[in-house]
Amino acid sequence: MGNGRRIRVLVAKPGLDGHDRGAKVLSRALRDAGMEVIYTGIRQTPEQVVNAAIQEDVDVLCLSSLSGAHDYLFPRVTSLLREKGGQDVLVLGGGIIPEEDIPALKACGISEVFGPGTFTGDIVRYIEEHAPRRG
Amino acid sequence: MDQMDETVPSPPESDCEVRAMYDKKALERIEKAYASWGEKVSSALAKRPERKADFYTVSGIPVDRVYLPVHVRAMDYEQDLGLPGEFPFTRGVQPTMYRGQLWTMRQYAGFGTAEDTNRRYKYLLEHGQTGLSVAFDLPTQIGYDSDHPDAYAEVGKVGVAVDSVHDMRILFEGIPLDKVSTSMTINAPAAILLAMYLAVAGEQGVPGDKINGTIQNDILKEYTSRGTYIFPPGPSMRIITDIFAFCSKEVPNWNTISISGYHMREAGCTAVQEVAFTLANGIAYVEAGLKAGLDVDTFGPRLAFFFCCHLDFLEEIAKFRAARRLWARIMRERFKAKNPRSWMLRFHTQTAGCTLTAQQPKNNIVRVAFQALSAVLGGTQSLHTNSMDEAYALPTEEAVQIALRTQQLIAYETGVADTVDPLAGSFYIENLTREIEERAMEYIRKIDDMGGSPAAIEQGFIQREIQDAAYRYQKDIESGDRVIVGVNRFQTDEAPLRGLLRVDPAVRDRQTERLKEIRAKRDAGRVQRQLASLREAARGKENLMPPILECVRAQATLGEICDVLREVFGEYQASVTF
Repeated sequence: MGNGRRIRVLVAKPGLDGHDRGAKVLSRALRDAGMEVIYTGIRQTPEQVVNAAIQEDVDVLCLSSLSGAHDYLFPRVTSLLREKGGQDVLVLGGGIIPEEDIPALKACGISEVFGPGTFTGDIVRYIEEHAPRRG
Repeated sequence: MDQMDETVPSPPESDCEVRAMYDKKALERIEKAYASWGEKVSSALAKRPERKADFYTVSGIPVDRVYLPVHVRAMDYEQDLGLPGEFPFTRGVQPTMYRGQLWTMRQYAGFGTAEDTNRRYKYLLEHGQTGLSVAFDLPTQIGYDSDHPDAYAEVGKVGVAVDSVHDMRILFEGIPLDKVSTSMTINAPAAILLAMYLAVAGEQGVPGDKINGTIQNDILKEYTSRGTYIFPPGPSMRIITDIFAFCSKEVPNWNTISISGYHMREAGCTAVQEVAFTLANGIAYVEAGLKAGLDVDTFGPRLAFFFCCHLDFLEEIAKFRAARRLWARIMRERFKAKNPRSWMLRFHTQTAGCTLTAQQPKNNIVRVAFQALSAVLGGTQSLHTNSMDEAYALPTEEAVQIALRTQQLIAYETGVADTVDPLAGSFYIENLTREIEERAMEYIRKIDDMGGSPAAIEQGFIQREIQDAAYRYQKDIESGDRVIVGVNRFQTDEAPLRGLLRVDPAVRDRQTERLKEIRAKRDAGRVQRQLASLREAARGKENLMPPILECVRAQATLGEICDVLREVFGEYQASVTF
């Protein structure tokens, strides 16, 4: 980021999955790293997630799913996001995601996928390097 | 000591000297020797320092260099430990423990359709599993049928999809329900799944007093950590006490609730908090039962518990012992329960899913073995061992078999099951047991002051405590203060795990088809009438179990039944914090 505003991040839980330890730990770590963080809470539809991302005008959207529904939900979010003009938002994925699923997720606009054991510091660094630069 | 002790009746001998476990003069000598030994060791530390300046358990309890009789000088054997199968049950709930009967080996399983899961159950039973444990998919847990729009991506994913009594029938096809005990991880719609199970048992000719099992039915921890709530706390607690009342008459051997610390621990809390928050929730359920006019000894004996076994081997053993003692004291002294079965904390244990690493997954086999051993040494009644591949997906059959074999190795090869509570009397274990009990009691007092656990949840207190602990834990890993093998030390490059279990997305189509068929064939008028009676009952005060049973028998679906209850009770809205 230049001397513009702080990076704005939406951490979201699409789907019915209630596991949000990781989403909350990440939210706090991003906030401690100086970002503005909004957490949606659990059980959001892709539509709700995308509406929140647009309304909050975020730079980064972090999606978390541990229920095995990422293969449908993550692409659904990225396609809705494009429809609503949010194509510049950096979208990241996390949760219980088999490695063999990652190429397909990347192909539909998830920039990076962070699995179990990831250091929050690595995600912070990734976001600082890749978040869209806005004045 | 905590309040509880003050009300414990005095033992026959009132002279403290008689009750002390150690000779006073000997203690003085040991204390002196300990002090001078301590000086010697400290002076040598400059040259040869210890690995760390301070040692703590995984939960943050300070750990001394060595434990001696002086650390447990206040322990009163008869009051604090007693004998196995006797108050306060520190040493176990059964007199003979695993010499009589091993714990139930119960692997939590479910995925895809009822047919898929039925096959997995038969596989597990063939391999020596001794009880069933049903994992339902998220739509089922949240009260949606498989054709609900929000269920689209989730049908059959984390568990089996059950939409109606038909699915339940298929799930247990060829499994006689009077011969197995079945645990069902179901909470907000527990009454409905229990009704389906009873209906299927009835079809098999098995009456209510011949079935054994458990429903989780613990809504309070859904609000704090697990997330599959539907209704607000008030009506949710009413459904729970309706189940208590119904089962005490109709299904007397059923565990009507499994008060669960597991999910709060998985969400990040410490061992002390796990005991405290779980028992605080237990207190809330007992109070709700009493408020509903039930006698503590009619439902008290059917309360069961569910804990996690985490990484700190000795701390976990102490935790289980502390939880048992604390609950016994709470039930006897606070709630004046008279039936010894009401005092017993019987519990299921699962190894800690959050400790499984995606890195070097075979190491998980060893982690799980240590954790399972701590659960057995802590006196668990049943056990689920996680599979090594669960940081990636639901487990494959091969991975589940290793997990089940781990239990069998502990049971049949290690010898730990051959005597009761073998670590009792260890100065460290007894000291830590007391420490955990006291620290948990401190939390419970705090929660009592806030108005009990429902109020503490409403104020976000329990959620914040869990989140703070989770964040500290992660920070400790990232700073390297906490070593996780393969994650922040001893890393290797490795190929990703292959051959993971994948749930066929066609499951949704099959469930949707089956729903269509059921709705077409059933007596629609009867369904509407039964749903209308349920609506009436929900608006009033009568027990909800009988009308739910009638709905299930009329082949109303889970989603239809939950919709009626949503209409009357409303839906819970969580407040979001991090």
